[in-house]
Amino acid sequence: MQEGKILGYRRINRDLLRGVFENPVKYWAIVLFLGLVVLFAVGAAGFMVNRGIGVTGLNRPVFWGFLITNFVFWIGISHAGVMLSAILRLSKAEWRRPATRAAEVLTIFSLMTAVLMPFIHTGRPWRLMYWVFPYDFSRGIWPDIRSPLVWDPSAVNTYLLSSILFVFIALVPDLAVIRDRSSGIRRIAYSVLSLGWRGTPRQWKLQAIAGILLSALILPVFVSVHSIVSWDFGMAVSVNSWHSTIFAPYFVIGAVHSGVSGVVTVMIFMRWLFGWEEYVRREHIDALGRLLIVIAIAWFYFFAMEFLFGIYGQEGDELATRSLQIFGHPWGWLFLTFIITAFFFPVPLWLFRNVRRSFLWMTITTISVNVGMWLERFIIIVPGLARKQIFTQSWYTYAPSPIEIMIVAGTFALVLMLFLLFAKVFPLIPIFDIKEGQILTDEIKVGRRRVPAVIREE
Amino acid sequence: MAETKKWAMVIDLDRCTGCQACVVACQAENNIPINEEKDFLSRRAKQWIRIDRVWEGTWPNVKARFIPVLCQHCENAPCEPVCPVYATYHNSQGLNVQVYNRCVGTRYCANNCPYQVRFFNFHDPEWPDTFWNQLNPDVTVRSRGIMEKCTFCIQRIRRAERTIEGRDGGKVNDQSLKAGNYMPACVNACPTNTLTFGDINDPNSDVSRRARDPRHYKLLDHIGTSPSVIYLKKVDPNAPEEEAH
Repeated sequence: MQEGKILGYRRINRDLLRGVFENPVKYWAIVLFLGLVVLFAVGAAGFMVNRGIGVTGLNRPVFWGFLITNFVFWIGISHAGVMLSAILRLSKAEWRRPATRAAEVLTIFSLMTAVLMPFIHTGRPWRLMYWVFPYDFSRGIWPDIRSPLVWDPSAVNTYLLSSILFVFIALVPDLAVIRDRSSGIRRIAYSVLSLGWRGTPRQWKLQAIAGILLSALILPVFVSVHSIVSWDFGMAVSVNSWHSTIFAPYFVIGAVHSGVSGVVTVMIFMRWLFGWEEYVRREHIDALGRLLIVIAIAWFYFFAMEFLFGIYGQEGDELATRSLQIFGHPWGWLFLTFIITAFFFPVPLWLFRNVRRSFLWMTITTISVNVGMWLERFIIIVPGLARKQIFTQSWYTYAPSPIEIMIVAGTFALVLMLFLLFAKVFPLIPIFDIKEGQILTDEIKVGRRRVPAVIREE
Repeated sequence: MAETKKWAMVIDLDRCTGCQACVVACQAENNIPINEEKDFLSRRAKQWIRIDRVWEGTWPNVKARFIPVLCQHCENAPCEPVCPVYATYHNSQGLNVQVYNRCVGTRYCANNCPYQVRFFNFHDPEWPDTFWNQLNPDVTVRSRGIMEKCTFCIQRIRRAERTIEGRDGGKVNDQSLKAGNYMPACVNACPTNTLTFGDINDPNSDVSRRARDPRHYKLLDHIGTSPSVIYLKKVDPNAPEEEAH
């Protein structure tokens, strides 16, 4: 079902290295704008650290709000990379080629952004080292490994390191291509990074094995990360709607739902920005759209089950929390928006081939999914805290302060800005992978028949 | 060292009049900043002990019930395992202690506390200028960004141990605690003797005796926290039969 034209290697190199070697005004204008938003968010975060958590909208029942919601959201987005890259690589899906690196890079930057959230969200952020690293420093006390907040940094760090390794392995041949086309200090830098890549058969073999191995090894990590993030909530015995055993798979599949949607949005964005019409084609977003239907339905199943588990026990507190989530003000409106934007708007649309093959519609639907998934995390976290136990006499609600809104907006700008800056230094579509795809579509004439030039061993 | 103590409290709801003397005594003893109207409106007021008011019955037969709620010093405290830095842990005398210096302020413990008795310092504490000189020197003034909660006036318990056991060579028990004025501030201040504090491992202490009262129950016991604070049910002699539970 490959629809693309056969492009020469020269054309592929020129097109895919456009981001690295050219400086379009459009690109720098966007980076500058995003940088300004990030600057405002850094200012807001600095103000919060300087004055204390009091500048947020948090209060006594609701101790976690926008920033923790944002943390869970970005961890979710980070699940796209491995889902697409590793699973599709192992299953040898041909249409993965232009999507893998964008997905992996999105993983790395959204993970980095995600971990910033709990760090600046603590009361004394300068004491970060005491719980993030399993080392006792001078206090003689090791971090408490019973706490999910110690599992979090371990899982996220493992995932971050393995993702960086994963991206780097796939980058090495492309780095060599850039090395051969640059001069001066730049050439030296790329020479060091490309680790002496000359494209010998042995090097290719090792690179392929490393890619496959890392794909397989990274999958358990990918499942564990969001499971552990969900246990931050599942472990809380006294918060209704948090204390649930189904949270781990529910969060993982929800993360994949929002992550793959995020990748589609980003792919269409870079197609527009760098003019990669020949590489990100309709067949690719069509395939991703079909994948998204499956993921979305699986997610919806877990979502429904999570609710069912909650109300099955028929405990008064739990039912009160659930009814607040769905009918209470303002959660009712947010819930309605969430369920429509995350499921009932995009999924029926994806059933139509014309929608799946339209860049505009795929942009709209995938952004809609992520609006919904952000709200989903918000609706899980805050109403449960606002109605914690039935007779503690301290029920309240929560509204974010401008500081929190600025920080959340800043994280979106930060991820996009880092993504674009990455594109300035490295190609966002793997050059060697595209060339490999072209080789596989080459045909030769044998007698009167045309047959594939390369047959892959399965 | 003598046999291990386990500090506990019995709260007899039959005696509570809801006068809030315990709340005021606690503010003064433990250097808790003054709660202003804005603190209550933004739900950031700090009251290590608070009087929850519950309305019972339907109009016109309405009765106000009062429940003093403080840190329950649970044996199986939900706040303890979630702290990544051991800022809150259980000590050998059954106290759920908070180590301010260790706290990084993740606020996870407060999320996980079913009794809502943990308080976060959203800002640095402030007092009117003249009040700074009357802070209790035995109690740390908590800076912003950390959690705090009822300690059962651990500074008084420690002073009792130092003075009675260390200097005088006596024994810390109900009589010596009372004689030396070492009971927690709320217990001292209560005009109706609602609150009783003591060592529940000592079968002859007031606390043990009153804990055996058939009216006893524990707050939110179904969660499985096994609190060290024991409540004695209010019994209304005029209550109609069907309302009894």
